[in-house]
Amino acid sequence: MNNLSAILFLHAELSLVLLLLIVLLADIFMGPLRRRWLHPVVCVLMVLQVILNLTPDTRELFGGMYINTPFTSIVKSILSAGTLLIFIQCGERIKRKDTEFKQGEFYLLTLSTLLGMFFMVSAGHFLIFYIGLEMASIPMACLVALDKYCHHSAEAGAKFILSSMFSSALLLYGLSLIYGTSGTMYFTDLPALLQGTPLQQFALVMFIAGMGFKMSLVPFHLWTADVYQGAPTGVTAYLSGISKGAAAVALAVILRFVFPAMREDWTLALAILSVVTITVANLMAILQKDMKRFMAFSSISQAGYILLGVLAGTTQGLASLVFYIAVYIVANVAIFAVISTIEQHTDGLTDRDSYRGLYRTNPRLTLIMTLALFSLGGIPPFAGFFSKFFIFAAAFEEGWYLVVFLALLNTIISLYYYLMVVKAMYISEPLTEDGSVAVAPLKSQGGGRLCLLICTLGICLLGVCSFFYEGLFLWASLLG
Amino acid sequence: MEYTILILLLPILSFLILALAGMKMPHRVAGFIGTLSLGAVAVLSYVTAYGYFTQPRSAGGTFATLMPYNFEWLPFTPALHIDMGILLDPISVMMLVVISTVSFMVHIYSFGYMKGEKEFQRYYAFLSLFTFSMLGLVVATNIFQMYVFWELVGVSSYLLIGFYYTKPEAISASKKAFIVTRFADLGFLIGILIYGYYVGTFTFAPATENLMQGALMLPWALGLMFVGGAGKSSMFPLHIWLPDAMEGPTPVSALIHAATMVVAGVYQVARLFPLYIAYAPETLHIVAYVGAFTAFYAVSVACAQSDIKRVLAFSTISQIGFMMVALGVCTGMPSHEGGLGNMASMFHLFTHAMFKALLFLGAGCIIHAVHSNEMSTMGGLRKYMPITHITFLIACLAISGIPPFSGFFSKDEILTACFAFSPVMGYVMTFIAGMTAFYMFRLYYGIFWGRENKELHAEHVPHECPLTMTFPLMVLAAVTCVAGFIPFGHFVTGDGLSYDIHLESSVAVTSCVVAVIAIALATFMYARSSQPVADSLARRFPRLHEAAYRRFYMDEIWLFVTKRIIFRCVSTPLAWFDRHVIDGFMNFLAWSTRASGEEVQPMQSGRIQSYVLWFLSGIIVLTLILLAV
Repeated sequence: MNNLSAILFLHAELSLVLLLLIVLLADIFMGPLRRRWLHPVVCVLMVLQVILNLTPDTRELFGGMYINTPFTSIVKSILSAGTLLIFIQCGERIKRKDTEFKQGEFYLLTLSTLLGMFFMVSAGHFLIFYIGLEMASIPMACLVALDKYCHHSAEAGAKFILSSMFSSALLLYGLSLIYGTSGTMYFTDLPALLQGTPLQQFALVMFIAGMGFKMSLVPFHLWTADVYQGAPTGVTAYLSGISKGAAAVALAVILRFVFPAMREDWTLALAILSVVTITVANLMAILQKDMKRFMAFSSISQAGYILLGVLAGTTQGLASLVFYIAVYIVANVAIFAVISTIEQHTDGLTDRDSYRGLYRTNPRLTLIMTLALFSLGGIPPFAGFFSKFFIFAAAFEEGWYLVVFLALLNTIISLYYYLMVVKAMYISEPLTEDGSVAVAPLKSQGGGRLCLLICTLGICLLGVCSFFYEGLFLWASLLG
Repeated sequence: MEYTILILLLPILSFLILALAGMKMPHRVAGFIGTLSLGAVAVLSYVTAYGYFTQPRSAGGTFATLMPYNFEWLPFTPALHIDMGILLDPISVMMLVVISTVSFMVHIYSFGYMKGEKEFQRYYAFLSLFTFSMLGLVVATNIFQMYVFWELVGVSSYLLIGFYYTKPEAISASKKAFIVTRFADLGFLIGILIYGYYVGTFTFAPATENLMQGALMLPWALGLMFVGGAGKSSMFPLHIWLPDAMEGPTPVSALIHAATMVVAGVYQVARLFPLYIAYAPETLHIVAYVGAFTAFYAVSVACAQSDIKRVLAFSTISQIGFMMVALGVCTGMPSHEGGLGNMASMFHLFTHAMFKALLFLGAGCIIHAVHSNEMSTMGGLRKYMPITHITFLIACLAISGIPPFSGFFSKDEILTACFAFSPVMGYVMTFIAGMTAFYMFRLYYGIFWGRENKELHAEHVPHECPLTMTFPLMVLAAVTCVAGFIPFGHFVTGDGLSYDIHLESSVAVTSCVVAVIAIALATFMYARSSQPVADSLARRFPRLHEAAYRRFYMDEIWLFVTKRIIFRCVSTPLAWFDRHVIDGFMNFLAWSTRASGEEVQPMQSGRIQSYVLWFLSGIIVLTLILLAV
């Protein structure tokens, strides 16, 4: 099917484009009064989008430039569902007076990055892949700078676009080397031609570094903390969960199916990156006082764990990788939702000391936050324990004993800093002069509540209900 | 008999309801939920017992052992697996009846006794939890399930002893009970592990070839299990927790520390009885000697106590001693000669549960009336509390072994079994039975006759308790009057065959005479308002009296062993090592982690130029590594 009508088979992408157009037109033609309908409409459409994607199909279009498998379908569903969660949660925030006129932009930009990610994970050709990558990066810079009058946000946007350009340039350089040495960019043809010459090794490192930038692996991570702290909290959640997940899946699929002959090279590189990322990020996280910055380093170290699944490079590795991402997204969105709720209601408090004694004023928010932190720390019976277990098992089976051991050691450090937050919320005395808790009792609104409810259910159930992982494993095994 | 699962489900359900939603209910509703579920359990137990004992006997003349439920919980090997289920055989069915009856009575009684208590719902929740655990213990299909529920009764006992958690004595008593029994349970666990390892299964009745391969280790396994049983049943020297456990609410003492949980050790020995008889008769006789010594020790202490609940506690210890002796004197002799003790022990367990619960509940009424446990605040109460007085007297007569009350029949069987084993044991136990009658009537006269504490009673006139409290007394008293005539030998015997209980006239007459003499002596010494004989005896032997009052210093000995020897010679050096070496190392680790965190901090400078530099150097280093490998 090489004619242009093949474009009609891009179900997930086409429906997303349609959604995008609806939002765009609605934003332009809706009066300011009717704009309050935008949020529910987008959410309902996103629900449809997730449901639509749940039907897995297998397709190879445009001569192999676009490859869809049941596995990528489910990945797209997870990404869309994560985006939906963030939309639900951000609704209230974005409807505030100062950002109300920008809500159309917010949805539009987020959905364009999502579209880019779809192309990234479904690419069958390096150019499609690159276009997807850029589509997922450039609107992201605008999102980061959404609060453009806020000094931090503007600075974060600038830093993001500059580092992003730099990493894209290097990645493109790497791709050109691959093209130069092999003469093709089709994923199906490349494996036979990539034999591991020094030039190709260099290209591989460039490619990994470019993806490492998206996943924020050490030492390509330095933008992360500044950008996470500066960006609006909803965007940070999106950046830390969905964007990172898409990059990880694309990296895993491409390394496994395009560079099979250079397996020794990339596994070594990933092993080094993984250990360095987890360790450095943990060491940095211990010292952070600001919650958003702290979560930035936490998410970097989580990226290191995700990398273990890529490193395994097996069916189990892929399945556990996607499972890890799903579990990580729910826990992370929950934490950012709590942070964002508190930030909104207290005029921007995000330092850890203002969370002291939170349990006394907001017991429910504290409980959800605690569950999410436990899940990130990998405490059973929460989902995070199972995801860590599967991903460690996948790497262990491939013989990466030392790497798994070091990662396990690091979970102890990570437990320390996650529990520091729990301790602050439950045990520590508030630091304010009159000893009152910095955060007054607050009520989160409908959207925020729904999002927290879904996340809590996910944290508690994703691990215990084994069919989810088994389904992932089944679809991953279909990849061959 | 599938409905037996309800016997376990109802109490746990009522526990969950009361524990989760109890605090939002009014007291009455919570009490009703607990009591109604227990009432249903009692009815179900009676139905079970009726159905079980009316079924036709098997060809061998025994009642079949039923297992309505048994699911494999943790499989280790095809043979070695831990199951959870329900096992019905004569002793477990008998225990179901005992536990549900006493528990139901205690539930009703607590309505009156705990009235106005702030955490009434929590109390009922714990009662339900205890009942569930105890029922689960007796219907256990294997030794491990028994152990699981064994620990659960320990926990619920701990929770209930410490119910008045604002009282320091209650807290330390609950801790003491938990630690001492846990310590003993260590023996039980090791015994179970040895049993599982050498016999290769956890069931109570393994195949013969399995038993043969572990025959050498069986005496050790059973002996260690008995250590756990001795702890729970407060055999000397592990008895120290039971007197202190009287700090709990009195109905709890009646249920847990008199009628049900403390006989768990007896039940355990009875449950493993076939193994003892066939493979470890010597271990069984050790049980007898431990029981006899405990019985003697406890009666001596009971004679000198002034707190009525303590007297009853020591009386419980000595009566459990009797049951242990009865089991321990069994031999492998054919027909009923050797196994008589088993039947006697179970019979005594049954009658004792009823009359000892009656005694405790009566004591509860008295405490309710005078607000004190001390005998000095009582005296002459018979005028004020007629129902309590009569029922208490019935129980005293029963425990002393006066016909036609139930205790006479069961004790007579025990003494017969002892005489069959050895005359010395028979005479010793008869003597102890006499002392029992003596101290029980010392207690009885001290409460209801004797010197009345007029000033105290004038200030606060003692009154009879409400019907919720006297009703259980009357029920239990009625049971005590008729239980002796139950043809117990038809239901529960050592070998399962039916057996007609007949009174051994020489034993019966001797024990009756001894009991009557002891009661007469007690009447002579304590019935009047002044007690010259008792006082002069106490003056004549001050050391002995003081020692008996202080329970022969057993608590002090334990404290010496733990505090002076174990704490000082073992724990202190270990604590030093832990604090300085291990903690020091851990602190160093934490410090070095933090320090390295500060080392990598400058990487995050905030300047994008340096970020790019790191990025590039990362690529270069990685490439160099890949090229080099």
